[in-house]
Amino acid sequence: MRIIVPMKMVPDLVEDLELNDDGTGLDPDETEIKLNEFDDHALEEAICLKEAGGGSVTVIALDGEGVDKILYTALAKGADKVIKLTGPEPEEMDGNYGLAKLFAGAIADIPHDLVLTGVQGCDDRDGQIGPMVAAMLNEPTMSVVSALQVAGNTITLSKEYAGGVMGSFEIDTPAVLGIQAARQTPRYVPVSKVRQIQQSAKIDEIDVDDAADALSKVSAMAPPETGAGAEMLSGVDALVDILKQKGVLS
Amino acid sequence: MGYKAHTSNRPRVRDESYHEKDHLVVEGVDISGHWNRMYNAREITAYTPENIEKVTAVPGAESMGWCYQCAQCVGVCPVDASGGDYGPRKIFRRLQTGMDLFSSADMWLCTTCRHCLRVCPKEVDMMKIMPAARAAAVLEGTNVPDELQDMFRNVAEYGNPMGESARKRPKWTKDAGVDIQLLPKNSAPVDVLWFVGDFFAYHDRGRDAAKAMARVFDRLGVSFGILGKDEWTDGDSQQIAGEPGLYEMMAEHNIEQFGKYEFNKIVVSGPHAYNAIKHKYPAQGGTYDVDHYTQFLAAKLDEFKARLTKPFAKKVTFHDPCYLGRHNGEYEAPRNLLEAVPGLELVEMYRNRQMGYCCGGGGGGMWLDGFCADHVSERLSENRVREAVEVGADVLAVCCPYEVSRFEDAVKSTGNDGKLEVLDIIEILDQSME
Repeated sequence: MRIIVPMKMVPDLVEDLELNDDGTGLDPDETEIKLNEFDDHALEEAICLKEAGGGSVTVIALDGEGVDKILYTALAKGADKVIKLTGPEPEEMDGNYGLAKLFAGAIADIPHDLVLTGVQGCDDRDGQIGPMVAAMLNEPTMSVVSALQVAGNTITLSKEYAGGVMGSFEIDTPAVLGIQAARQTPRYVPVSKVRQIQQSAKIDEIDVDDAADALSKVSAMAPPETGAGAEMLSGVDALVDILKQKGVLS
Repeated sequence: MGYKAHTSNRPRVRDESYHEKDHLVVEGVDISGHWNRMYNAREITAYTPENIEKVTAVPGAESMGWCYQCAQCVGVCPVDASGGDYGPRKIFRRLQTGMDLFSSADMWLCTTCRHCLRVCPKEVDMMKIMPAARAAAVLEGTNVPDELQDMFRNVAEYGNPMGESARKRPKWTKDAGVDIQLLPKNSAPVDVLWFVGDFFAYHDRGRDAAKAMARVFDRLGVSFGILGKDEWTDGDSQQIAGEPGLYEMMAEHNIEQFGKYEFNKIVVSGPHAYNAIKHKYPAQGGTYDVDHYTQFLAAKLDEFKARLTKPFAKKVTFHDPCYLGRHNGEYEAPRNLLEAVPGLELVEMYRNRQMGYCCGGGGGGMWLDGFCADHVSERLSENRVREAVEVGADVLAVCCPYEVSRFEDAVKSTGNDGKLEVLDIIEILDQSME
């Protein structure tokens, strides 16, 4: 199975988020970025599939702060090839459409059976990179999937719906899948291994065109307004009284 | 002697475990009968050396092969005492009889408390064996507990095991009530560079102790500064838990930060930072005059003893941290500080000083609670808390930042909530000092 994993960087939520002066996005000077953790699951699943049934794993990411380290780490984990898309600045990306277009443009030239993306990112949570890449490549797609099993050109997988309902599906390759969780916790690779890879391995680069214009723009962003606060109840009786007042209990 | 030889009227057991010739003459002497009894090869020699050799082949882990199974180590092993069926001798025997350490939970249960080495006549050194063997396992990526991998990942990404924001590291200083010099903002020379540590910076109860330390330093007029957001974890536990590359990354970073400022001495909050900076950082190119805070303050006791005026009228017992005590030989500084507090009655637990019992947090144990729970009948911290209650202590005093959280949890889980308070020594000093 020849698998491609596109990865993206997202704001690190352990930091307090600061808005830019326009109030249209995060302040890049105050924002730390890290690898989207769902993409780490996509990579883990890809490596597990390769370990189980052979093939190759190629990782692609848009050049930017911290991306080299992410790509070397991917190699240390077991990826065969890593590619950096150079040209556009990550800050120019407004929404996922432009990024999906860059990914699709690069992936179209790489023979593959599967594209695995993280199901979503913590930046917008729209989960659209996978479906957009699939549409641009004209390949079938499914999102929120896990428990992949490969038989020839067919992948059996589980998809989660609201309310915890699970569906089981078969999909033919080539396909684009949005991974919800890998079959195991993404592996940790020791620093010495990453440092060793850094000295010997090479990151391929592909020059890409400037990002496409976004189809939508953020006009205003603001932290949610603080509500009036919650009333802390002590004891079951207080709760029963309120439920009676509200007509839930008689 | 009271020994009585078998007599010939004792029925002879004829099985395959021994040979006994009815008639045998050796060098002219007739030794017919049970005198010539020869046992077959006993089980103790019926083993294959492969699994031992797999361990001893790892540089640093050679001494695993020196064990002659006297089992003194098992008697003092804190994991065995908490129902872990553990200890170097037991590991050695299992290796002889087919266990592969690299796929066994035994790889991760040792807290490197150093008690076994204290009693080992063969110098089987788990403090070298475990980090080396674990490093080989981590490099292979097999059988490494998830909790430990999470901790490594956090340290690699954020410089602390909690995965907290580096920027938020000095946040506790804001309500300490005294001015604290953040060296990255104000690089004026200081006497003491205080290496605060992760738990004092990020853990709620650790922050209480950090603030107490800042207040005590302030009252004593200590000129001190901290690295703030530029401090990374000391790396000691990461190295012991099997990630030497991560340790080096932490040490290199901290040494680089130390190099930016002028100071005379490093004072650390925790025994692991003490151990790392004192014994390991020199190999990374950083040699410093370093004190654990109890040593730093105990040396100043004559200056400030008169200022400890507020009585602390409680019965206090002290838990020796393995990495201050057995690893670094410091047993008296913490006790001297406690004894200087008016009204405080110091009672010893049965296992104290060199015989001190491990809290379970060393050797990576701090991040293996869930994993270890499947292999012991009680947490080591629970075992220790029961002992503190048994000697009638009101307060369990500690001086390792791992321990307040460990023991407070253990107080609750052993049903001793309200009976035993856990305090860092610095909190007691802060309460007692004018």
